[in-house]
Amino acid sequence: MRWISLLSGMLFGLGLTLSGMVLPSKVQNFLDVSGNWDPSLALVMGGALLVFMPGYFWMVKPRSRAVNGGEFHVSSRSTLDLRLLLGSILFGVGWGLVGICPGPAITALVTGQWQILLFVVAMLVGIKLACWVTARGSGSSLA
Amino acid sequence: MANFTPISALLGGILIGLAALLLLWLQGRIAGISGILAGLISGATGDRLWRLEFVLGLLLGGACGFGLLSLPTPELADVSVPLLLCSGFLVGFGAKLGNGCTSGHGICGIGRLSRRSIVATLSFMLAGMLTVYVLRHVWA
Repeated sequence: MRWISLLSGMLFGLGLTLSGMVLPSKVQNFLDVSGNWDPSLALVMGGALLVFMPGYFWMVKPRSRAVNGGEFHVSSRSTLDLRLLLGSILFGVGWGLVGICPGPAITALVTGQWQILLFVVAMLVGIKLACWVTARGSGSSLA
Repeated sequence: MANFTPISALLGGILIGLAALLLLWLQGRIAGISGILAGLISGATGDRLWRLEFVLGLLLGGACGFGLLSLPTPELADVSVPLLLCSGFLVGFGAKLGNGCTSGHGICGIGRLSRRSIVATLSFMLAGMLTVYVLRHVWA
């Protein structure tokens, strides 16, 4: 079952490329609700949820373990906190600034553009710093 | 509405949903890209192989899309270096601080009807919209 994450990553990367999520201008056109709005990316999320949501409730939730016998690494937390809100807002600002989020950033590395590489390096620095900050703080684990 | 592409958006979304469902159902893992990357650069060493394979898969998927299907590539020639660095840093820092990004909260979390993920997704969508509003309609 080891090749599952490779296959999943491939489908994911192909989906990001096909859907237009890898195009910064398209992402910004989606976020630009007061301008010349492009609603396409709402359909990306819609399409993904169309498959994921029923699949989760019918195939995943009734099981106590994953098909490979391992446990489900799913967060069961439901409390809202400042860290969640602040992190999400910072993420949203960064996402809006250029129009790239983590999946498309990694996927678009194959285009060989130095701008993408620079973005990914800055993103990894951000992740690393946040890992360090959160480890020193509450010690709550990653979702 | 600018360049509305409903068919490719929906099909791409379905592929993404299928990818996330397979990873969770078969391997018990959430397809949250920022979480996968965080575990790769600072998690336990025994927990890295599947993450590395997923990232390799993303690259292969991109190679298929851009290379074989000749899908459009990102255009970033007009984006300045400071903006790229600032945006990348905020995306990484914010996603890790908020325990997820567009994939982990927006798809896997909302798909599980997680209250935290619904609030996170609404927050980053709104923050992204406000940022683009300021960039395009106030600043410009």
